[in-house]
Amino acid sequence: MKQEFRLSGTGGQGLILAGIILAEAALLDGKLAIQSQSYGPEARGGASKSEVIISEEAIHFPKVTKPGVLLAMSQDACDKYSHDLDKDSVMITDSLFVSKVPDFGGKVYELPITHSAREELGKVLFANIIALGALVKLTGVVSAESLEKAVLNRVPKGTEDKNRKALEIGMNLIKD
Amino acid sequence: MSKVLLLQGNQAVVEGAIAAGVKFFAGYPITPSTEVAESLAEKLPQVGGKFIQMEDEIASMGAIIGASLTGKKVMTATSGPGFSLKQELIGYACAAEIPLVIVNVQRVGPSTGQPTSPSQGDIMQARWGTHGDHWLIALTPASVPECFELTLRAYALSEKYRVPVILLMDEVIGHMREKIELPEDYSDFPQAERKQPDCAPEDFKAYATDESLVPAMPAFGSGYRWHVTGLVHDETGFPKGTPAATLAAANRQRAKLENNLDDIVQVENYRMEDADFAVVAFGGGARTAYETVDMARKEGLKVGLVRPVTIWPFAEKQMQELACRVKGILVHELNCGQYVHEVERAVNGKVPVSLYAKYDNEPATPAQLLEEVKKAMAAL
Amino acid sequence: MNMEEMINKYFRPGRLPHIWCPGCGNGVVTSSVVKAIAKLDLPKDDVAVISGIGCSSRASGYLDFNTVHSAHGRAIPVATGVKLAEPKLNVIVLTGDGDATAIGGNHFIHAARRNIDLTVVVYNNSIYGMTGGQYSPMTPTGSKATTAPYGMIEPDFDLTELAKAAGATFVARATTFHAQMLSDLIVKGIQHKGFSLIEAVSACPISFGRQNKMGGPAEMMMWQRDHAVPIAAWDKLPEEKKAGKFPIGVLYEVTGRREYTEAYDELIAMAQGGK
Repeated sequence: MKQEFRLSGTGGQGLILAGIILAEAALLDGKLAIQSQSYGPEARGGASKSEVIISEEAIHFPKVTKPGVLLAMSQDACDKYSHDLDKDSVMITDSLFVSKVPDFGGKVYELPITHSAREELGKVLFANIIALGALVKLTGVVSAESLEKAVLNRVPKGTEDKNRKALEIGMNLIKD
Repeated sequence: MSKVLLLQGNQAVVEGAIAAGVKFFAGYPITPSTEVAESLAEKLPQVGGKFIQMEDEIASMGAIIGASLTGKKVMTATSGPGFSLKQELIGYACAAEIPLVIVNVQRVGPSTGQPTSPSQGDIMQARWGTHGDHWLIALTPASVPECFELTLRAYALSEKYRVPVILLMDEVIGHMREKIELPEDYSDFPQAERKQPDCAPEDFKAYATDESLVPAMPAFGSGYRWHVTGLVHDETGFPKGTPAATLAAANRQRAKLENNLDDIVQVENYRMEDADFAVVAFGGGARTAYETVDMARKEGLKVGLVRPVTIWPFAEKQMQELACRVKGILVHELNCGQYVHEVERAVNGKVPVSLYAKYDNEPATPAQLLEEVKKAMAAL
Repeated sequence: MNMEEMINKYFRPGRLPHIWCPGCGNGVVTSSVVKAIAKLDLPKDDVAVISGIGCSSRASGYLDFNTVHSAHGRAIPVATGVKLAEPKLNVIVLTGDGDATAIGGNHFIHAARRNIDLTVVVYNNSIYGMTGGQYSPMTPTGSKATTAPYGMIEPDFDLTELAKAAGATFVARATTFHAQMLSDLIVKGIQHKGFSLIEAVSACPISFGRQNKMGGPAEMMMWQRDHAVPIAAWDKLPEEKKAGKFPIGVLYEVTGRREYTEAYDELIAMAQGGK
């Protein structure tokens, strides 16, 4: 089954990297994945997005046409990238930044992503990894082991423990 | 041993270049091809190669021509506006028969256009961008693994036929990240070799050829001293402007490719075995088309995809054969219609050829293309 | 080595006579280049001569080295590629004033800035000769040209000052009248490790001299004699006496500034050591 994800927010929130990590985790699980992203001025500042498609079978068209999950980490991104959601879609928002959620008929998870990063890890820059933890817990699209491995492959040396913790925080934001 | 990676198309080109034995890159920053330069700036010195950021696009072409003359495999990478500037010396490289590879990650034009949006608007420029009659090769990858493979193939063809090869990418393929499996090291890769003279230096004529019509090309400094010029020249390599010399030069440069179309021209067929309708698409546009074909098949429509991997020389024979096998053809390209005219010429009225042109900064979705296919089929 | 021996050794058999007009200074400049190579006894296989487009750029075809007659203005980029890819080659650029300073002006500046080890000989005949006498950036202000029938109103470049400002580490000038000096300067330029400019002031009696009533080839050589001032004398000349004249000799030379291909070799060592 093909699963489509759109990770969006403001340039600098690390969502491009989050998309790459998610796709790499899928490869570690033996699945196929394609990641693409917004480029240019909009990737610096403004709303930016990183799209990931994960499937067991060949993925031909590389862009998301029917997002299963939209992660919105800014109000701008929420407004700009939620137009094609439907009742089967799920939205995850960062409750610190997104106050107005459109009614698209599907489920919404308003999570204190950046708030937790600041309160529990002392740095907002872990927000993207917390968001990944939540997204994976919610969808099960990749295994927790592959996700952790993919995160550790990409983050700077010396930050491994904090990133593991960030994943855990993210997963705990989703109640079973 | 191999490794599984998630790479951008542009990065896969870099891996292909290193595997092919590229030792020299000259370029100029331009979106959306800059990753190629950035990555080679880091990797080339690690393998003893050289990278230089020149003062402009023209200078980059000049520098790779100079480096190629010393026997190195060379590359430059650019996009629309830079590709326009490079045309002057692409012509020189055709005339003087200098092996080199130009990566053009197409973007929306004309002029500055849309630097970060996909387009396939340089199809005709790749063929006819420089002045005068000339012959060259252009290849178009449709996946990240194919970016790697076609970069290797670009060097195989460029060295074998002594022609510039254009790796005609688009932003969809250049920027997306996809799975690719690469060997741990590239030492086992066969390296394309340039033909060397088998005569003594004093008997060497720079553009004399055997039946392959491809002259040998010794490196500067090897002991074979020869003259390189963009003027029409005879087999000695020195300028000669007679009608006979002009005719001979043009005919040989054309024939060295046209005699070898079976070697040069590659076309991929997808679900074409029993198809009675064909979509012709390439590069990023083909990614839409694969999925459209699968969707059409689920609806019971016998649609297949014909994907030119070699864009130039044109797949004339393949398109003529296609016209005998299907009832209709839809060409899909991310421009207002360029390649379609070549298809129409080859098909020559045998079956209807229609066009789905997409030129609004976004690739077509599979559903959009399917709708166009249905319209075209309904009109048959 | 007499002229005949020099021609037999360094010029390509069957390529002469050259295309230059009677009285043209290009032959003097070209033979000064060849004399310099002979004096240094450089193996012919180790020399690459790269030219652009124009009268002077035809010189590469006559010379028995690794030669490129490139595109208009592009000799320096091609030479940069040759030199960087194969630093053992002595790379000499033969170019004209239009080729080097108009269409190729930016390339000239950046090669000088990089201080890449090229020896650039600019045949300055003050005009586009091949196309029949149009003004170049080095046509003296006030001179006539077919595209300046009322006289050239643009200020002209002093290429030696431009080279110096851009980062060249050897800058010299001579004229075809001072042929021995010219050859000696080219020797120094080739020996110099870094970007060398030798401006060779040359006469184009047909396309420049005739339009500007400068007389024949001999008179134009006399003009060079009367307007060129050796640098030692020039430095002592009061400002008011410098008008209309120009210095010749080694005008600028620095050693110890890092040459580009050597810097690149250090970069490779760093990249490989850092693996």
